Amino acid sequence: MAAINRDDVAHLARLAHIEMSAEELDRMAGELAVIVDSVKSVSEAAGDDVPATSHPIPLTNVFREDVVGHTFTAEQSLSGAPDAYEGRFKVPAILDED
Amino acid sequence: MTENNVLIRLSAAALAEKLAAGEVTSVEVTQAYLDRIAAVDGGPRGVHAFLHVNTEEALAVAAEVDAIRAAGGAAAEELHELAGVPIAVKDLIVTVGQPTTAGSKILEGWHSPYDATVVKRLRDAKMPILGKTNLDEFAMGSSTEHSAYGPTRNPWDLDRIPGGSGGGSAAAVAAFEAPLALGTDTGGSIRQPGAVTGTVGVKPTYGSVSRYGAIAMASSLDQIGPVSRTVLDSALLHQVIGGHDPHDSTSLPDPLEDLVAAARTGNVDGMKIGIIKELHGEGYQAGVENRFNESLELLKQAGAEIVEVSCPNFKYALGAYYLIMPSEASSNLAKFDGVRYGLRVLPKDAPLTIERVMGATRAAGFGDEVKRRIILGTYALSAGYYDAYYGSAQKVRTLIQRDFEAAFAQADVLISPTAPTTAFKLGEKLNDPLAMYLNDVATIPANMAGVPGLSLPGGLADEDGLPVGIQLLAPARQDARLYRVGAVLESLLEAQWGGPLLDRAPELAASIETQEAK
Repeated sequence: MAAINRDDVAHLARLAHIEMSAEELDRMAGELAVIVDSVKSVSEAAGDDVPATSHPIPLTNVFREDVVGHTFTAEQSLSGAPDAYEGRFKVPAILDED
Repeated sequence: MTENNVLIRLSAAALAEKLAAGEVTSVEVTQAYLDRIAAVDGGPRGVHAFLHVNTEEALAVAAEVDAIRAAGGAAAEELHELAGVPIAVKDLIVTVGQPTTAGSKILEGWHSPYDATVVKRLRDAKMPILGKTNLDEFAMGSSTEHSAYGPTRNPWDLDRIPGGSGGGSAAAVAAFEAPLALGTDTGGSIRQPGAVTGTVGVKPTYGSVSRYGAIAMASSLDQIGPVSRTVLDSALLHQVIGGHDPHDSTSLPDPLEDLVAAARTGNVDGMKIGIIKELHGEGYQAGVENRFNESLELLKQAGAEIVEVSCPNFKYALGAYYLIMPSEASSNLAKFDGVRYGLRVLPKDAPLTIERVMGATRAAGFGDEVKRRIILGTYALSAGYYDAYYGSAQKVRTLIQRDFEAAFAQADVLISPTAPTTAFKLGEKLNDPLAMYLNDVATIPANMAGVPGLSLPGGLADEDGLPVGIQLLAPARQDARLYRVGAVLESLLEAQWGGPLLDRAPELAASIETQEAK
């Protein structure tokens, strides 16, 4: 398994939408390399015959009656919004200018 | 001791009895706790268990209970057993009328438009909510030092950590600032703080307590549970919050066995209790090991048969956990994007696009540990690494479940120390994430397999005089066994100590004053 380096962290930070300073990238790359190294053994623990477990106590087909339950008013939904306009969330430009 | 000091030291069960008998009012009890919070929680050397104190609403609920009791009749008879007994709520659980921060700057000042199901159940039982307790940001940590609002201090030694992530709930209960509290446990966040503060904490069977309204960290691991000073009190609270909830699709449809009855009729005679070979010995502090062995001896004397079981795959649990948890967290925390709620930070320069606003918001709103876990999770889920990391970790989960199945074929309950060490000093492990993660080595397997676990005080370590936790584990849905065994062990230990362990904690108000004078 490949070690994690500073460029990887910069790429991952972009994917995760977290701006990081040069100092932060350096520090995080060092810390993550240690953590990733320590969890390496996990990939060798189980053979191909072992199935994956995604949920500890699986339930299937959890449905409810198809009727309208509790809903929030637009006002409630917008109550924590940083910015709103005419009953909607107001956001900066979705697309770049260029 | 003043009258109020006597009142706040009573168990929730004893308070409930006094309230029902009319010997004390809920307003008196609630006010006594609010006074205690005012006396020991604030200031530079205060415990800092609370992020928000809910004075007005708590007293109003208390007055309502008192009025119903005073009027008598059917309404008084229908009151829940815990009506009027106050409680604190971990600030990861959403509440109408109080802010919910998750210990993060990204949610500073945010108010939820809805109550978590567990909070609704507290309200239905008419339990006054004293306030919201401190935690590591988004419950990510083992010391409460990752809270964006400053650490909580351990009431046993104000220079030490109260555990985490639920250090606020555990410290509040240990410092007699609340008789009960709610916590959440993803890898040990209820049990490990319980261990290092000398309190009781329970992680219920996965799905047996609704998580609707708990801000999710790792959805396949998270569980809400009770925090208290006695085993019976946890059972009482567990019974209030448990049961099916259609709002949580992982909620188990069938109710658990009567937990309160199990705690009241504790019995270990003829029970097989399994020591997990891999969860003690090397890497565990000597004083922790000594108290653990003492508990085994007491259980043996009470008629239990002690057997040794082996769970060879537990050695992979910590590694697998630190792949699964960050993976799920990175996905769950994607919703904090500065659009629908919480903080929005604008980048200093143009262009002002949503992508750049998200980047600036999340950079300013999240602390280091949260960023670390999001990056780690994004890495483990990325193309080319998914199978090797997340996929492998899920297979380890199967192996851990098989280990538990084999162990429970030989024993009714399993036992181990809750944490490898007693409370460490504030700051000691803050810059070493890996050392911090190791605190959860004994608690993580239960989350990976979904089985219930309980931590109760096992005494004080010889070398430092700090609390040691004993962990009990039971098969999924058999939470009652934890209470049955826990109640017995608690009474045997207390008989040996001549009273509750917390009676031996230093007098807090005095120690805060002395330390502040230094």
